[in-house]
Amino acid sequence: MSNYFKVLRPGINSTFQDLGRFHLQHLGIVASGCMDRLSFSISNKLVGNKISEGALEFAYQGPLLEFVGESKMIAVSGKVNFNIIDKNEEKKKGTPNQSFKISDGEKIDILSTIDSVYGYISISGGFKLNEFKGSVSTLIKAKIGPNKGEKLHIDDKIFFNKSNLLVKEKFIQFDFDKDNTIRAMKGLQFDYFSNKSKEDFFSNEFEITRLTDRMGMRLEGGKIENQVSKNIKSEGITKGSIQVPGDGKPIILLSDHPTIGGYPKIANIITADYDKLVQKKPGTKIKFKLVDLLVAEEAFNQYIQKIKNI
Amino acid sequence: MLKKISNIGDCGISCDFGDEVNKKTNKEVIKLFNFIQESVKNEKIKGILNYTPSYNKLIINFDLVDIKSNEIIEFIKSNDFSKTILSEKNKIIEIPICYDEEFALDVKRLEEKTKLTFKEITESHLKTDFFVYMIGFVPGQPFLGDLNKNLYHDRLDTPRVKIKKGSVGIVEKFCTIYTFESPGGWNIIGKTPLDLFNINKKNTSLLLPGDTVKFKSITKKELLSFKNE
Repeated sequence: MSNYFKVLRPGINSTFQDLGRFHLQHLGIVASGCMDRLSFSISNKLVGNKISEGALEFAYQGPLLEFVGESKMIAVSGKVNFNIIDKNEEKKKGTPNQSFKISDGEKIDILSTIDSVYGYISISGGFKLNEFKGSVSTLIKAKIGPNKGEKLHIDDKIFFNKSNLLVKEKFIQFDFDKDNTIRAMKGLQFDYFSNKSKEDFFSNEFEITRLTDRMGMRLEGGKIENQVSKNIKSEGITKGSIQVPGDGKPIILLSDHPTIGGYPKIANIITADYDKLVQKKPGTKIKFKLVDLLVAEEAFNQYIQKIKNI
Repeated sequence: MLKKISNIGDCGISCDFGDEVNKKTNKEVIKLFNFIQESVKNEKIKGILNYTPSYNKLIINFDLVDIKSNEIIEFIKSNDFSKTILSEKNKIIEIPICYDEEFALDVKRLEEKTKLTFKEITESHLKTDFFVYMIGFVPGQPFLGDLNKNLYHDRLDTPRVKIKKGSVGIVEKFCTIYTFESPGGWNIIGKTPLDLFNINKKNTSLLLPGDTVKFKSITKKELLSFKNE
């Protein structure tokens, strides 16, 4: 009997992701990968997968999926409002970060993320996905990745890998960091900006605007004045760089960022605070705190330990 | 010459070859790029995830679980990569472009700034043999130089949220071709129907750094009937 999910509603931006595809940025192909590595790891851990297994990422409103086949363990991670609908259309509220068994004819309806942006669905054994250069991460813009590099569509069928795993139901206690302070290091062009703007950047509040997606996050706040040059020679970009175009409004470059950019960069988000940042919704006010490399590396050690310990 | 190495956040470094943007500097960057790529392939260094060359810099990304920036910096400093030989397999490619006003979004800005007519601008653009400095921004997008000096212009203060695939843009002495619909801040002068990037082909990116590009003017009708192989 063939096992699969039928997509009854795709959701706003549902894509398959893993930890990213590497060694291709020189051809203009960005790593992509899950936005929130901690939540992504939790959903895999809950169903007994290796924590780098490809999962289904959704943003805000997720998919409505009908399960066909023999029962499997499944988990939804993040802060998510979702229902499990049985064969008789009876609705039961689902518990995120808790694995559960799904059976033939049942549906899972991801209604919305709560005070956050991204959530993940994992199934025991993993989804059956086509790899591109060793990864199942999707880059919609370039149509790279599983599902022909596209978002989920209505009526798509999602198949699973075989698994004989006997996984027990499991719950992982988890909440997002409510703190709105994001730690950052000085960017490559930090000294392009006026002294006042450098101070403003690390003391003003910035609001996350609706022009935010997997590629980047546009911020509104005081204008960051540039006194050297509004342009630089285009150069390679790393995830979490904060560039400031001529209009003085910072843009944080996220997982599907362009591989090269020509605007000066005032700062770089530290890796340990990236998950926390991307889960903040438009309208949230954030502040940046300047830290040095040693602090960032120490914070990373704690962050990666937390992921290992889930 | 490698002038300066700096950290970019906690899992990136920048290798800076100086402010000059010319073929000579770019070739030095490509040497380090080749050296790093080879070292990763031969497992002489672990934890490096990406290596992105640009006009005058190589940006390296790594996994902080496996390696720290000071170890990579030490590795680069203790190796002589300047003797790496660059292959001379570079090709010349002709790219069709349509300068119809429907596609040339920034004609007015450019005419005002350069004091040239659009016809003069396109003539100058067609005359140039472009060198491919790097590929990126989005998959397969080439960065070409050098434009004639009278066409130099800054990028837009606020980048456009959407620029159509195939759009040809110029900024300063450079020219680019958008291989996918994406945001961007370049002055758009025309459009090509030619696909520069295809993941189903062996060479996913048509152009590689070091190649030469010549543009060929086509009409809107020719653009609309163009078929990619």
